[in-house]
Amino acid sequence: MKNILISALAFAALSVSFVADAAKYKIDIKGAHAFINFKASHLGYSWLTGRFNEFDGEFDFDPNNINASKITVDINPASIDSNHAERDKHLRSEDFLSVDKFPKSKFVSTKITDLGDNKLKVEGNFTLHGVTKPIVIDAVKIGEGKDPWGGYRAGFSGTTTINVADYDFKSAWVGNVELELHIEGIRQ
Amino acid sequence: MLKNTEHQFGLIQIIIHWVSAIAVFGLFFVGIWMVDLSYYSEWYRTAPDLHKSVGLTLLALTLFRVFWVLINPKPQALAESKLEQSAGKLGHSALYILLLVIMVSGYLISTADGRGIEVFGLFEVPSLGEFIENQEDVAGDIHEWGAYILMGVVALHIVAALKHHFLNKDRTLIRMIKPN
Repeated sequence: MKNILISALAFAALSVSFVADAAKYKIDIKGAHAFINFKASHLGYSWLTGRFNEFDGEFDFDPNNINASKITVDINPASIDSNHAERDKHLRSEDFLSVDKFPKSKFVSTKITDLGDNKLKVEGNFTLHGVTKPIVIDAVKIGEGKDPWGGYRAGFSGTTTINVADYDFKSAWVGNVELELHIEGIRQ
Repeated sequence: MLKNTEHQFGLIQIIIHWVSAIAVFGLFFVGIWMVDLSYYSEWYRTAPDLHKSVGLTLLALTLFRVFWVLINPKPQALAESKLEQSAGKLGHSALYILLLVIMVSGYLISTADGRGIEVFGLFEVPSLGEFIENQEDVAGDIHEWGAYILMGVVALHIVAALKHHFLNKDRTLIRMIKPN
């Protein structure tokens, strides 16, 4: 019995260290150290900003082999929040996101390129409103290191611009929407 | 003249009935029209503002109406069969309940983010906050479905009134027009 327990513990310790070596990070959504914001032009006179409150994701990052990095983010489009209930209701409706029909949005990276100077080019497929399009996120590593609570964190920031016309919304509204990702991952 | 009797409706009840009828039809058709307005329509902002102002005024009127009905004698139903009398009672209760459900859910859509509703630009009815998650969506569904069901019951209400008038040839419709 004792032996089984010891080997189980050893195995658990091994798998933990194996995961740590692969530098897998989970986005810190529990502590809300991650944000997905958007920004759209209002009539050409001002910026309207908002965010998605519910998402989850993970990434692989090894500072010695940045080009092998990967990231996946799942977004709940129904969690859109522009600080105005009536507008959010409209954005969730069939005119825009049709969240009943398309309850999932997703970004999956296909290629990450180290541009030096902490800059990264993140190419991947973005699914929104049931349409998947390739996008490029210009990202920058903000920093990484130990946190005060015994963990290890790495944080990035990225922006991309999508053309609303690419995603087949019913609404006649056209234009670009800037997406901004601020993510902090906890190494697993 | 103003109050109801056992056999007749008073002027107050009659006025409230017809004002409500006009308001309900107006709100229903404006509601259907306004949700499909283009963002660039000059009505895009004004139509919902008017819809909400009229709706909240009707809510106040309906609350007074319920109070008025409770303190007045109830004119007796003219239908002869017990079944028709119960159907009438059920239909009238449904109208009141649907009206209140629709108006309260409408209020809950617009106030889900803590913003109040301005009534005709005169004063603001404050928000009571968000009671449930995604309140604007849940209240929105109730508001929309409630409105369609209400119009169905209204259609029955009209058919029943016309049946009384033309088939039974009784005073059901007349007494909602002429006060005692």
